[in-house]
Amino acid sequence: MIEIDGLTKTYEATTVVDHVSLTIEKGEICVIVGTSGSGKTTLMRMINRLVEPTAGTVRIDGRDTRDRPAHQLRRQIGYAIQGHGLFPHRTVGQNIGTVPRLLGWEKPRIAARVDELLSLFQLDPALYRDRLPSELSGGQQQRVGVARALAAEPDILLMDEPFGALDPIIRSKAQDDLLAIQKRFGTTIVLVTHDMEEAITLGSKIAVMDKGKLLQYATPAEIIARPATDFVNQLIGTGDRPFRLLSLETVLDHVEPGEAAGDAIDASLSLRDAYAECLWSGRDAIPVEEAGQRIGRVTLSRLTALAARPQ
Amino acid sequence: MTPGAIVRLAILILLLAFLLAPQSFAPVFAPLTRFGAPPIYNQGSLLDITLSHLWITFLATLASTIVAVGLSILVTRPFGKEFLSLSRSLANVGQTFPPVAVLALAVPVLGFGTEPTLIALFLYGLLPIFENALTGLTNVPRDVDEAARGMGMTGWQRLVGVELPLALPVILSGIRVAAVISLATATIGSTVAARTLGEVIIAGLTTSNTAFVLQGGLIVGILAVLLSDALSALERLLARRAGLTRRAEA
Ligand SMILES: Nc1ncnc2c1ncn2[C@@H]1O[C@H](COP(=O)(O)OP(=O)(O)O)[C@@H](O)[C@H]1O
Ligand SMILES: [Mg+2]
Repeated sequence: MIEIDGLTKTYEATTVVDHVSLTIEKGEICVIVGTSGSGKTTLMRMINRLVEPTAGTVRIDGRDTRDRPAHQLRRQIGYAIQGHGLFPHRTVGQNIGTVPRLLGWEKPRIAARVDELLSLFQLDPALYRDRLPSELSGGQQQRVGVARALAAEPDILLMDEPFGALDPIIRSKAQDDLLAIQKRFGTTIVLVTHDMEEAITLGSKIAVMDKGKLLQYATPAEIIARPATDFVNQLIGTGDRPFRLLSLETVLDHVEPGEAAGDAIDASLSLRDAYAECLWSGRDAIPVEEAGQRIGRVTLSRLTALAARPQ
Repeated sequence: MTPGAIVRLAILILLLAFLLAPQSFAPVFAPLTRFGAPPIYNQGSLLDITLSHLWITFLATLASTIVAVGLSILVTRPFGKEFLSLSRSLANVGQTFPPVAVLALAVPVLGFGTEPTLIALFLYGLLPIFENALTGLTNVPRDVDEAARGMGMTGWQRLVGVELPLALPVILSGIRVAAVISLATATIGSTVAARTLGEVIIAGLTTSNTAFVLQGGLIVGILAVLLSDALSALERLLARRAGLTRRAEA
């Protein structure tokens, strides 16, 4: 659990983070979203003390982050950034092993962990372990960057626009991978982005920042249904609200018994995908299947009702 | 082997042959002498003088490297930032001072011999190495530096593990410039009795023996080219090791 309490950062006369308080529960993905310059990065960097707060405190599992040297704190917290920051003179394996080496792990344990992570990120260890970062594609470099952040099995992972440099298809794949890894390890993730779509896709909680202030801190559904200010509303995009709402749940959550004509869709898709399929194929209902088995259908009228503003 | 490498190897072999058996080259230089003057330098072993010249160059460049790199590390640490401009101007003074003036000033203090020459060359080598080291240490990519801090590397660990390895090719390039300048400038050391190839040139000038002048000049010139080439090759190797260029391209 991360407790941020009255956190403030002032540079000379300007306050870039202004009295922000929020609590991030264990195993949550907290996405900090806001326009450029709103103080997201500064807020996140105060968690691992890359920026020292002017006022306020950060407690991790009840313990003030200032009660140990900053470099020791940082070794307990994963850190991944846009542009990945891989060491160009170190191999992929050495890059991933950085924090374990700092923590004094035994060599065989580091080697095993490096291979485990490479496999987890779908990079064949034998093929990629000894390459230099410059010999990887952008998407691969980004995966190595996240693998490196996870190497010492941190409970907390901080990510600053980690997917910002990726093209849309690789980006959406990277987001899926992150969700899968988060589920597997239960890591608490704090992720900064300026993209509301990404915030809604990834966040279990979203913190909306503007001009250094925290405007709203709530679940994606809550933010879409009841934006706290006009600014939050704009960030969501009023025209997109029904679709963003639908994107939060899967077909499996709303499948109902019954038959329908035509091709089936997979239960793991989002309601938004199901809605698009209804509109595109001109059907009022679509069969749903799970692992190749028909399990029921989803109807247009149901989807329409779900897309309406929650009461 | 590339044609360039073959030419360099041939020149090196020729130089070694000349230094080890200078008399066998007498017919080549004889046309440059008059009135039966000796065609090959005869006031000392050319090999010994060349080795002494190289040794002086090496010592001076080594000292410049240690001081300049040390200084550049200090002024790029958080506590040393204020000294950045001061140390820059100090190194600049070293460079604007003519080496002859340094020699003239140093002789009364240190007497004749190798020391004043070493000091002049040392001062001369400071600036190129310092400037390059500064460039290398301050040009570590932002995201790399931030990642290193974010992962919990201490200042010392970042210096040794990230900044210096990434800056090494640029630092070496400064060392190369300093070494070549030093190699050429060392010749004037013989005016204050340091044992360098300047001795051969001066002997040639005072006795109007063009062959001597040419011998001294050629040895210095060839050494400078070979040294510069060798260090350039090392630079490229290090740059590749540092992942600054793709292996495939190199
Ligand atoms: N070291 C610094 N010194 C002065 N101003 C800074 C510093 N770091 C950030 N800022 C300013 O703080 C504001 C917020 O920056 P940042 O947290 O990076 O925003 P975001 O990540 O939301 O784009 C910006 O206006 C930026 O210029
Ligand atoms: Mg930012």
